Amino acid sequence: MTDTLTRVQVRPAPPRRPHPVSGPATGLLLAALVAGLVAALVVGISFGSVNLPLGQVWGVVRAHLTGRGAQADPLLSQVVWDIRIPRALLAALAGAGLSVAGVALQALVRNPLADPYVLGVSSAASLGAVLVPALGGTALAGLTGALGVTGAAFAAAMLSALLVYVLAQRSGRLLDSWLVLTGVAIGYLCTAATTFVQLQLNPTELQGMMFWLMGSVAGASWNDLGVPALLVVSCLAWLWLQARSLNALLAGEEAAIAIGVPVATLRIGLLVAGSLLTATVVSVVGGIGFIGLMVPHMVRFVVGADHRRVLPVSLLAGALFLVLVDLAARIADRPDELPVGIFTTGLGVPFFLWLLRRRARGGSDAA
Amino acid sequence: MRLDLTGVSAHIDARPIVDGVDLTAGPGEFVALVGPNGSGKSTLLRTVYRSLRPSGGVVRLDGQDLWRMRPRQAARHRAVLPQHSQVTEGLSVAEVVATGRHSRKRPLERDNDTDRAVVLTALRRVGMEGTADRLMTALSGGERQRVLLARALAQEAPLLVLDEPTNHLDVGSQLLLLDLIRSLGLTLLAALHDLDQAAAYADRVVVLRDGRVAGHGPPLEVLTPSFIEEVFGVRAHVGPHPITGRPHIAVASPAVDVRGAPDVRTVG
Repeated sequence: MTDTLTRVQVRPAPPRRPHPVSGPATGLLLAALVAGLVAALVVGISFGSVNLPLGQVWGVVRAHLTGRGAQADPLLSQVVWDIRIPRALLAALAGAGLSVAGVALQALVRNPLADPYVLGVSSAASLGAVLVPALGGTALAGLTGALGVTGAAFAAAMLSALLVYVLAQRSGRLLDSWLVLTGVAIGYLCTAATTFVQLQLNPTELQGMMFWLMGSVAGASWNDLGVPALLVVSCLAWLWLQARSLNALLAGEEAAIAIGVPVATLRIGLLVAGSLLTATVVSVVGGIGFIGLMVPHMVRFVVGADHRRVLPVSLLAGALFLVLVDLAARIADRPDELPVGIFTTGLGVPFFLWLLRRRARGGSDAA
Repeated sequence: MRLDLTGVSAHIDARPIVDGVDLTAGPGEFVALVGPNGSGKSTLLRTVYRSLRPSGGVVRLDGQDLWRMRPRQAARHRAVLPQHSQVTEGLSVAEVVATGRHSRKRPLERDNDTDRAVVLTALRRVGMEGTADRLMTALSGGERQRVLLARALAQEAPLLVLDEPTNHLDVGSQLLLLDLIRSLGLTLLAALHDLDQAAAYADRVVVLRDGRVAGHGPPLEVLTPSFIEEVFGVRAHVGPHPITGRPHIAVASPAVDVRGAPDVRTVG
């Protein structure tokens, strides 16, 4: 007995994998995420103020895709095809876009606590959006009218990113700490301006704005999907090409230069990709916080920090996450809906605080 | 690989830090850069890292201007062990070393058997092959430094630049690292703090003071007690090492009383 125990104890520990999922298992994880995302989309389309049987949903989808099959009743068709499907897809796109933006911006400022909102992009988008009704009767009405709420939010977001970029460099180099501090400062300025503009709006206009400011994928239409889809795909493709350089950048700017990474160009590219993604998503769905912080972190816990795994896994996990959150926001308080931003922030703030304490303890292995 | 710095000057925030430095390291030669704090050692090395563009002069590798190369091309010619490297969280030792393959790979090219073999060989050369699957954060300071050296070796560059590679290491790890880099057969340029280590390991030393070369040549010809006192403001003694018998530089604060010290003399 003792002999056996001793032998068990002296046996060398089995080789430890550095990350819970690595190597070929990453492929399995990706497949599982795709399956999970499809399942979540199907559930998201079937559930709502009225629950629809899967058979009927499938009938509508088939009718639209093939142009054949029994045309179900027009109301059902409208609910499924014009309301629920675009909404579920927009949730997936927004979640994916914000997660990938988080990966890009965390690599840019080399601070894992950074997220798409740290650069003030989101606050600026909100300001742009509230300015549209506020400027309705002024000389600028033509401009804001042409842009629309979405266009104005996007324009304001990109302007703020440009401003942060100009203010946070010294002799042509972006400085990490300046980026974060400048972004936070610009963000506060935009928030104050937004509050001021809101005071000028009448209650009806304000009601519509509030829902938008807290983030929502309600009211999505097929027209809202094209531009975000194009940007998410092209930014992901560009980031994927830079994956090796992003890994090298984890070791610091000097080390990355030594390895042969064109660091200055790469960092401008990261800022552009991160701001484009955030501005696009925020201008369509409003301020949905903390996804860009939470998702990449959870992904790194599982697959490690290698961007060749972090990027695709974050894309899928972010999409899955927001589809599920939107589902929760719709069924938590039926028949009313809650803004998804309340859920993501409610989950995100405790996560952020936990992450901060964990890092402060210095006992991190895979943060 | 031959490294030539000709009249290199460098500014930080319009302040001149390095002023007209000439320095040469021949193939397989170990050149140590020494000098007091603030003398411009790190700044001069940054012009070879390509993280600070020289405001004057040229850095050449085998006659080619380093600053006219593309980033990847430069990385195939010279590797760096920087003084400050952030601990990369969430990457295993093998993944960190594999980042050194950057300049040898196309963006979407997957790691192949050659890359894995280079990574393992590099880890074996620094004596860390058993840690390939461990996280960087689980290693001690000396072990991390050896992994970062392995990453530099994975670049397969004939020139290795090191900025105070023995900083923060215990004495055993310091000597191990110096033995190791000297055994690599690469052209080496290293900033070193410890004059005795510079004398023991380098083929030649270049002494910087206020951004200019104050002396250069074989260590024991340059690092004479009077020269050390002039540049570093300490008393120095060169005598046989009590263990190895080779020339050894001992230094003492000028404030310390001399008690039965041997005659100060020059060896070499």
